[in-house]
Amino acid sequence: MTHAQVLAQTTAPPGGTVWDWGFALEILPELLRALVVTVQATVVASVLALSLGLALALLRRSKTVAIRLPVAGFIEFIRSTPLLVHLFFLFYALPRLGITLGAFTAGVIGLGVHYATYTSEVYRAGIEGVAKGQWEAATAVNLSPRRTWTGVILPQAIPAVLPSLGNYIVAMFKETPLLFAITVIEVLGAARIIGTQSFRYLEAFTLVGLLFFLVSYPSVLLLRRLEARLATK
Amino acid sequence: MPPSSHTPRSAPSDALVSFDNVTKRYGDLVVLDELQIDVAPGEKVAIIGPSGSGKSTLLRLLMTLEPPTDGVIWVDGEPLWHLRKGDALVPANDKHLHQMRMKIGMVFQSFNLFPHMTVLRNVTEAPIHVLGMKKAEAEAEARELLQMVGLEDKIGAYPGQLSGGQQQRVGIARALALQPKVMLFDEPTSALDPELVGEVLGVIRQLAQQGNITMLLVTHEMRFAREIADRVAFFDKGKIVEAGPPEEIFTEPKQERTRKFLKAVLEAG
Ligand SMILES: Nc1ncnc2c1ncn2[C@@H]1O[C@H](COP(=O)(O)OP(=O)(O)O)[C@@H](O)[C@H]1O
Ligand SMILES: [Mg+2]
Repeated sequence: MTHAQVLAQTTAPPGGTVWDWGFALEILPELLRALVVTVQATVVASVLALSLGLALALLRRSKTVAIRLPVAGFIEFIRSTPLLVHLFFLFYALPRLGITLGAFTAGVIGLGVHYATYTSEVYRAGIEGVAKGQWEAATAVNLSPRRTWTGVILPQAIPAVLPSLGNYIVAMFKETPLLFAITVIEVLGAARIIGTQSFRYLEAFTLVGLLFFLVSYPSVLLLRRLEARLATK
Repeated sequence: MPPSSHTPRSAPSDALVSFDNVTKRYGDLVVLDELQIDVAPGEKVAIIGPSGSGKSTLLRLLMTLEPPTDGVIWVDGEPLWHLRKGDALVPANDKHLHQMRMKIGMVFQSFNLFPHMTVLRNVTEAPIHVLGMKKAEAEAEARELLQMVGLEDKIGAYPGQLSGGQQQRVGIARALALQPKVMLFDEPTSALDPELVGEVLGVIRQLAQQGNITMLLVTHEMRFAREIADRVAFFDKGKIVEAGPPEEIFTEPKQERTRKFLKAVLEAG
């Protein structure tokens, strides 16, 4: 036996072949369970990102400087710092201040707040895209400021930016593996655990990639169709 | 909000709308220059003048879309942009502006319909959300208004599906739905193809002939102004150069500037 053959034998995966279908099928249920965690985190964080983002966009337009400036500062700070730092801060640093969050909660808050600063910019663009005449017409028919927002401005601003909002949700979905860094066993984390226990990373990480693709890509296609439909309207 | 260094007088007793020394500046640009004009209840005033002379600004101040820089505007005996406080006038709050706006309706050059609402909802939106009317009642009244402007068959359409003339007629119905005392028209036919001008003027004419609503109409349609206005005001550089009955302004204007303007417009038209 040559030296190379010895090496190949000792590093070859148990089972002999490189890709083991049996092993892949065996770990799939566990990865799917972990994918559920990933999707849950994405859904909850999306709700947070979409609602807080709208709130931030509206607050940033406040007539009161004492509201507008801190909100703008907060948005700029969050956008200029890494998500992973936010996650570590929420999970490892906050307990020192007497606030202890579960890993999933900390992860969802971190993701949601981070992406809220992006969606707030998207909402802002949508709001600014509404014609000035719409505000004037709303004033001329004497709608209250609240009704002007809910009845006239937002129903025009939000549909126009739905594709951009959707793209951020997909981007957020792809960033959920960061939650593994604060001990959330989402799909990448599960794969990594499988890998360290079995010394078989190939099947685990390949499946993770496929699973992400199978969720992301149809979503992206859907968003493109939505975009095309809005463009023709 | 205008500072109230101005000494208030009481509202002019006979005028429904009164501009008392109203100035509007954008930076150094004086758009309205110590403007004085009284409009009697039910009066139809046509405002003519070159573009950029401040005609739209006059209407926009009256619709509370922009505050005056100085001076007082009176509507129906109340200061529009101020509150009375003892003998002085102080800047108005939102509540006052909201109440004063009830008396005023506006029709825009570019229609400004709500594009995401049907024709019917464009007209019922304010009655429901401002007057607190029941939906059924608001819709019944909206149908009547839409019938008046000849659009009862377009109730379910969206503005994007209508011609400019139809959109502007919806705009008129929408403004009328709040039963304002004063209607403001800012070049209501300027954005229309020539063949659609007539249908909109027809609706405005009908409204004018019905009588009691007060109208301020900015227009380049000189024949129409002459036909429906009780008074024509020629506007230039933020001031009223000359105002009077249509026959007088159109046939024997006293001011050289008015003559020049009318000559230019009539030659162009
Ligand atoms: N928001 C604004 N900021 C600066 N200048 C303005 C603004 N609105 C109007 N103006 C200026 O005021 C002048 C009068 O405008 P406008 O009332 O629209 O005139 P008109 O309706 O007679 O054509 C124009 O020179 C215009 O450029
Ligand atoms: Mg104008």
